[in-house]
Amino acid sequence: MMANLAAVVGIGQTKYTTKRHDVSIAGLVREAAVNALEDAQLSWDDIDAVIIGKAPDMFEGVVMPEIYLADALGCNGKPMLRVHTAGSVGGSTALVAASHVQSGSFRRVLTVAYEKQSESNAMWALSTPQPFSTHLNAGAGGYFAPIIREYMRRSGAPYDAGIKVAVKDRLHGARNPLAHLQKPDITMKEVEESFMLWDPIRFLEACPSSDGACAMVIADEGLAEQAPRPPAWIRGVAMRSEPTMYAGRDEVNPQAGRDCAGDVYRQAGISDPRRDLDCAEVYVPFSWYEPMWLENLGFAPEGEGWKLTMDGATSLDEGGDIPWNPSGGVLCSNPIGASGMIRFAEAARQVRGDAGDHQVEGARLALGHAYGGGAQFFAMWVVGADKG
Amino acid sequence: MSERQDPVTGIEAPIYLKYNFTAGAAPARFLSQIRKGVLTGQRCPRCEQVYIPPRGSCAACGVATEEEVVLSDKATVESFTIVSIPIPGNPIQPPYIVANLVADGANISFIHLMSECVNEEVHIGQRVQAVWKPEEEWDYAMDNIRYFKPIDEPDVPVESIGTLPVSGWEG
Repeated sequence: MMANLAAVVGIGQTKYTTKRHDVSIAGLVREAAVNALEDAQLSWDDIDAVIIGKAPDMFEGVVMPEIYLADALGCNGKPMLRVHTAGSVGGSTALVAASHVQSGSFRRVLTVAYEKQSESNAMWALSTPQPFSTHLNAGAGGYFAPIIREYMRRSGAPYDAGIKVAVKDRLHGARNPLAHLQKPDITMKEVEESFMLWDPIRFLEACPSSDGACAMVIADEGLAEQAPRPPAWIRGVAMRSEPTMYAGRDEVNPQAGRDCAGDVYRQAGISDPRRDLDCAEVYVPFSWYEPMWLENLGFAPEGEGWKLTMDGATSLDEGGDIPWNPSGGVLCSNPIGASGMIRFAEAARQVRGDAGDHQVEGARLALGHAYGGGAQFFAMWVVGADKG
Repeated sequence: MSERQDPVTGIEAPIYLKYNFTAGAAPARFLSQIRKGVLTGQRCPRCEQVYIPPRGSCAACGVATEEEVVLSDKATVESFTIVSIPIPGNPIQPPYIVANLVADGANISFIHLMSECVNEEVHIGQRVQAVWKPEEEWDYAMDNIRYFKPIDEPDVPVESIGTLPVSGWEG
């Protein structure tokens, strides 16, 4: 595959929170976009195309929001494209934007993803009755809890591996002023005693509902070299999908996730992700998905992901060798449509050396990851401080 | 001079969506069979896996499925969750168990409710059977089965879940 070099030259986020009373959806996405343009020291006129993503329209009940958001994002006279791949959409939106530049067709593209959960009812939107099934859909947690139970059974992981992730990511989030949940004093006991929502998922092992938007400016090689701040070079991009249901599907360790990781590592020249990468921002909306994705993404052999978690390998505070979600991850902030793009943007912040108190020292190569639907859509990129 | 008013920061504007569902050949056949109290699936001609509910194709092989297979109303627990929050639009009271169940003769699970059980004793590999509504209440719906309840049969080993014949499990 021939692709031109592209890089992230600007990143903008909003402060993630339960309810942004002060802005509409248009105001929210514009705030992130303006922050990204300011970071890149660019103006609206410098943008050639706009790529926007969000999760299902039913969440806020705003159908085809891209129509309403075109002017807030300065799309007059420019191509605009809306992307949707369920929870992975923030990641796949960034990849569509990257491909616009990598193809050579556009020099500088703005990409934005958002969710305003305070104006939505995601639980309801994910629990619609289906005509050939019983109406027992209890939101995303109800769907993923049995898969987590099966992971616990087959791996023999200790019962508190998920609790450890829930604490670790909240301690990371306490270093990130943009993170929604700020819980610097959280303890294993507090998580363990929190309400059991969808056994085995406790309240504090689940992500919050957040308002927020994330934006990036992606530029071609020539423009990125002139950028005032360090670019994050895009070293590999990959997406994979598989059907939600087929006989023999491994829902715990989906084939599409393994294939997607293999593809993005090959492009970035990564043979051992734990050794070659400096950190990873991975979509972990329920705590147990850290050990599950450690295995799916090849950081640990099958059945042993929980050992990295329990050893502190993924923890900044424990000096781990491969910090996962130094920003606090989805467990701290979850504006659903934006959550994948935040992972991609936070990976870029790390290799730009711009991650503040959650900076992984000397990070040169980082993975951004998102998944969505019934763990059936995967989007990943690897970004580096160097062109490679 | 106009009176000072509180700013309008939002209004509630619910949207209701009502769909006419065109079932297609395979789900229509499935629904007309369950109307008669019979669970059916379709077998893939290539991988021979049996799907319930049938969609008319095998998503793994990408081929059409036509052979109808009558399934048992006995099943095995593949996995489950104990839910402690209500389902929007469903009157069920928490806590309740939503289980991924594989009917004998099928190779893929569906979700259904478990009841008449001790929640803490539900486990992967457990044997269950459908408890049907009275026949006069049957409709084109999986809700013809009220729930599944545990039966006195030995557990199915994990590696055999999803592979049992329609004749069931001898233990």
